[in-house]
Amino acid sequence: MRKFSGWTLLKEAFGGQQGWTPQWRRVAPQPEYDAIIIGGGGHGLAAAYYLASEHGITRTAVLEKGWIGGGNTGRNTTIIRSNYLFDESAALYDHALKLWEGLSQVLNYNVMFSPRGVMMLAHTVHDVQVAKRHIHANRGNGVDNEWLSPEEAKAYCPPLNIERNIRYPVLGAALQRRGGTARHDAVAWGYARAADALGVDIIENCEVTGLVRDGSGAMEAVQTSRGLIRCRRVGVSAAGNTSVVLGLAGVRLPLESFPLQALVSEPVKPVVPCVVMSGSIHAYISQSDKGELVIGAGTDAYTSYTQRGALHVNSHTLSAVCELFPAFRRMRMLRNWGGIVDVTPDRSPIIARTPVPGLYVNCGWGTGGFKATPGSGHLLAWTMARDEPHPINAPFTIERFRDGHLIDEAAAAAVAH
Amino acid sequence: MLLIQCPYCGPRPELEFAYAGQAHVARPADPSATTPDQWTEFLYLRNNTRGIHAERWRHVRGCARFFNALRDTTTDHFLATYRAGEPMPVLPMGQKP
Ligand SMILES: Cc1cc2nc3c(=O)[nH]c(=O)nc-3n(C[C@H](O)[C@H](O)[C@H](O)COP(=O)(O)OP(=O)(O)OC[C@H]3O[C@@H](n4cnc5c(N)ncnc54)[C@H](O)[C@@H]3O)c2cc1C
Ligand SMILES: [Zn+2]
Repeated sequence: MRKFSGWTLLKEAFGGQQGWTPQWRRVAPQPEYDAIIIGGGGHGLAAAYYLASEHGITRTAVLEKGWIGGGNTGRNTTIIRSNYLFDESAALYDHALKLWEGLSQVLNYNVMFSPRGVMMLAHTVHDVQVAKRHIHANRGNGVDNEWLSPEEAKAYCPPLNIERNIRYPVLGAALQRRGGTARHDAVAWGYARAADALGVDIIENCEVTGLVRDGSGAMEAVQTSRGLIRCRRVGVSAAGNTSVVLGLAGVRLPLESFPLQALVSEPVKPVVPCVVMSGSIHAYISQSDKGELVIGAGTDAYTSYTQRGALHVNSHTLSAVCELFPAFRRMRMLRNWGGIVDVTPDRSPIIARTPVPGLYVNCGWGTGGFKATPGSGHLLAWTMARDEPHPINAPFTIERFRDGHLIDEAAAAAVAH
Repeated sequence: MLLIQCPYCGPRPELEFAYAGQAHVARPADPSATTPDQWTEFLYLRNNTRGIHAERWRHVRGCARFFNALRDTTTDHFLATYRAGEPMPVLPMGQKP
């Protein structure tokens, strides 16, 4: 792996940018691997990287049916935060946030992690109570989160409208300063490059079409569009398509896949210095380094695999954005797209063994898994390498639904992402 | 926005409807004889079909009635809608959910 530094950038600049080479190998699948990850999104690539770097399992392949990062990794609005209510969730998401903080150095690849602060608005008395409950719970768990008055919120984010005469006035906000954004593609590419350097094969245009089990029922091989590959340790990290992939082994999951949309505006000069989210009126916004406002909506109403959604969902979000930021009323939107998110009944993920020996799953991240990318990859790798969960992901089983140990962020969170 | 055929009122825009999840999920008849695994199946496990999906909708801002639909989740195309209590219609090409 070529080590990147300020010096390499300078050198390439003087060389007319002609010296760059591919950052990972393009390889055909081998007949057998020690570990396979199905799904080359950020989560899957991270898992492969940690399998190789932390557990020495370098005979690993990532099988991706399209191109890496072409799923939700490349479609999301990149909000990163860890201020979830329950102890289990706070531990899980803060584990990821701590990994984000050093990730560019560890991967020697600039993932542009930018802890610019995530501000979650409260518009009603109920919102205020929920936000304060979160703040206290977070602090108890060592996760930073603080209460801002409307004036303090405006000082932190000057374009915010805090007039009392709007339909949903801002009554205050919860601010997690360590939260922020990162560059989605760079996360996929940085993990791919680092995993490749350790020997991991990254195989694109390779769709998994079958999961083959031996006489005892354990994983034996995966059938793909590029042939049969033998492997006794298989992790599925297929986001919106997880039900389909696990269905190949007859495993049913508590998941439903919904379209989730986002849109970006024309680029403008820096105007939104942080991430602003409003769960009650379904809008969230930040500004990319290119200058586009990045805006996200709620999910569409019905399950779907189309990677697109309805226009009225976006208009609903934009009307909320226009009320909170009157200055943006005349901005033009440039692009709109959708991804398919896999949602669990309690809105918490699953990182666990499945009933099939040798088959593991990381799913259910729904509308908010980008923030967890390093953590989930790290924990899936651990679970696959040792055939037992890490203490952090131990509560995030499939069986929690049968046993009643839900981690009910759905009921707790005022917001989706 | 989808155009949805309410079996009572005819075609109406999606905005008038609420989605109500997978259709034909029957509540266990004898709760006390139902095992935890059967409860899990009823409460939480879903087909989440990539393809033809049998699902419930409610014409909440119209006649307010529930009905069922067959929709292809890879295109969002509705193949049929039918009243609650009616059997699932047979599709012209023989496709099944
Ligand atoms: C519009 C939108 C906005 C979002 N905003 C945020 C946000 O602000 N913050 C946040 O934390 N999260 C957000 N999310 C959620 C986040 O994107 C996901 O939770 C996360 O990216 C899932 O991670 P992944 O890398 O596993 O998914 P993906 O990148 O989707 O990776 C899964 C991969 O599996 C592949 N695959 C599927 N089936 C097969 C098969 N049979 N064989 C081989 N490969 C297969 C797919 O092609 C895909 O590349 C958002 C999502 C969307 C859609
Ligand atoms: Zn009707």
